[in-house]
Amino acid sequence: MARIDLQKIAHAYAPNPKGPADYALQPLDHVWEDGGAYALLGPSGCGKSTLLNVISGLLRPSEGRVLFDGRDVTDLPTKERNIAQVFQFPVIYDTMTVFENLAFPLRNRGFGNQQVEERVHEVADMLELTPVLQTRAQGLTADAKQTISLGRGLVRSDVTAILFDEPLTVIDPHLKWLLRRKLKQIHEHSQLTLVYVTHDQNEALTFADKVVVMNEGAVLQLGTPQELFESPAHTFIGHFIGSPGMNFLPCALDGAEAVVENARIGLIDGLADKARQQGKQWEIGVRPEFLKLSREPGLGTVPVSVTAVQDLGNFKIVTVQLGALTLKVKVPEDQEVPADQAQLGFTPELTKLYADGFLVG
Amino acid sequence: MTLKLDNVSKQVGRDTHLYPIDLELKPGLNVVIGPTLSGKTSLMRMMAGLDKPSSGRILIDGRDVTHDPIQKRNVAMVYQQFINYPSFTVYDNIASPLKLAGHGKAEIERRVMEVAAMLHLEPFLKRLPGELSGGQQQRTAMARALAKDSELLLFDEPLVNLDYKLREELRTEMQEIFKRRQAVVVYATTEPLEALLLGGTSTVLDAGRVLQHGSTLQVYHQPATVRAGQIFSDPPINTIEGKVADGMAWLGEHIRVPLSGHLANLVPAEYRFGVRANHLFIAPCSAEDVKVVAITELAEVNGSETFIHVTHHGTYWVVQEEGVHSLGLGKEINLYVNPRHLFAFDQADRLVAAPSLEQQAATAEVNHGAH
Repeated sequence: MARIDLQKIAHAYAPNPKGPADYALQPLDHVWEDGGAYALLGPSGCGKSTLLNVISGLLRPSEGRVLFDGRDVTDLPTKERNIAQVFQFPVIYDTMTVFENLAFPLRNRGFGNQQVEERVHEVADMLELTPVLQTRAQGLTADAKQTISLGRGLVRSDVTAILFDEPLTVIDPHLKWLLRRKLKQIHEHSQLTLVYVTHDQNEALTFADKVVVMNEGAVLQLGTPQELFESPAHTFIGHFIGSPGMNFLPCALDGAEAVVENARIGLIDGLADKARQQGKQWEIGVRPEFLKLSREPGLGTVPVSVTAVQDLGNFKIVTVQLGALTLKVKVPEDQEVPADQAQLGFTPELTKLYADGFLVG
Repeated sequence: MTLKLDNVSKQVGRDTHLYPIDLELKPGLNVVIGPTLSGKTSLMRMMAGLDKPSSGRILIDGRDVTHDPIQKRNVAMVYQQFINYPSFTVYDNIASPLKLAGHGKAEIERRVMEVAAMLHLEPFLKRLPGELSGGQQQRTAMARALAKDSELLLFDEPLVNLDYKLREELRTEMQEIFKRRQAVVVYATTEPLEALLLGGTSTVLDAGRVLQHGSTLQVYHQPATVRAGQIFSDPPINTIEGKVADGMAWLGEHIRVPLSGHLANLVPAEYRFGVRANHLFIAPCSAEDVKVVAITELAEVNGSETFIHVTHHGTYWVVQEEGVHSLGLGKEINLYVNPRHLFAFDQADRLVAAPSLEQQAATAEVNHGAH
């Protein structure tokens, strides 16, 4: 296992890029720790697969260097980088048994029979494949085949890193829970360096220690799931992470407070001043989870009208109107929602401010 | 319009895809929820007239349509894959069923523009499907289905191949669109959250059998069987073997719960008790809470919540906690469950006691008052 250094990496498909628009991958400079679980998260076309290809060696970046444990691998092809890969669709040999499928990557690397036996049984145990080890892969369900693919990725413990490209997309939701749990447990015990590409925020946030959020070729934030949730560095992340995403309200600044549709909203000390220095277009960002809905006015509440309530069983999503702006509020299942007029409570510590799209502070 | 399935089954060779089903669907949204291979697609293909049932009859407003092919039924279907005519523009894709039905040019244009506006497709009407993103392609397929006046609209997991955020957006839009239609809408999904967002009625399907049918919220709050509860909860509902004896309910060997509230009428017998992940807590919330000692196996954080996987004397449970909690693995932890949140199932796994919603609301009021 290894540390991955991405030193001033950038990629443009055409020679002589002139500006940011010419880059498929905007410049980035990261150190990914040995034994870390990293997720690359973003919508289709955000550049996450480009970055994965730079790490796997499928794509040579037009700028910068890739180091594995300090060794420059920028010019090495995939097969010389000593990595394992798991793809979106099962890559297995239908005519071989499950055992032989799992053993294949080990035999390829010249492992002895005894080591092969040991490792295959260990991995089969973890993934609950032991009962089907002698079965041909052909007759198995799509889910089982993808589990074997995962096993093939995990079977070698001497790899630099394991790269996963949307590995659970074709898996049933109930089995997803199980496989995600397995991957997480395997990571806890083995301390392998894992890189996981997905467009599914839940998958990224539950799997990874650190999430790399990308949009339009640029890394917008590298942070823990908690950091991304509590302090999204950019309005895009606030919107993309969380369901529903963060509420954004264009605002003016007056003294230390924000003014939204004539309503005054308290901010933490000094935030308004920083925002004035940082940019010109200001927005308040607040998570639906961090808003409080009540009948009676109180400290820091503003009047709103309730326009819709969605009962989702273990919580409700309430849509409210503040002047011309629409907000979503997440309330517990057992809280009664006022029918028409209500008060919306903001907590300064949980109310973020954005200047020209970027987090202030 | 009413769609009625009368003892409908589907046999393919020696495999039974659907066991005999009786179902009556009314205009509005009807969710069919079940895991992959539960029979959702088989069911919809028969409703559409793409396949014939092996037994039974399909009735529309009492009229037997079992042997009518899809062309003779007034139905539209949207599939998982984005299916459009690749050489037609988006406009012509949406217009195609209207042209087939022989509508005039002005009427066609009016309807195409109406659904295009609803699905935000106006800027793309002159493009070919190949020039669109996946989300836009699926919107085009949906627009085509919505353009004609079908009395039956079938959606077979239409969002499953789309990006997460797009799915969120389209779900909200669809809910609005379905509200405005008089048609019987049947919507197949594997995801409880999607069913709850769409509302309407839900039919729980598993291994070719209907486990339950009712209003979506009722099915969620009163799953007829353990399996229905598992299918209609994400994460699946936690269960534990237990019994009622000596005037107490025993969950496993170590958890003792008084027989109060909705549990009061349970007679001495063996039961399986259930509790949803969001009703287990790592700190006590009220005086009635019962403590459960468990070992942590894994903590998954999804940003706003932590899913804590635990074992309690060999029983595996998931706890869903608001906020981010880092817990050591393999550590002993105390969990708390309020008896008012417990489900009880009999030995045949049928529901015998479900948390009463009024009781929950009342307790919640008291709790809020106390804060």
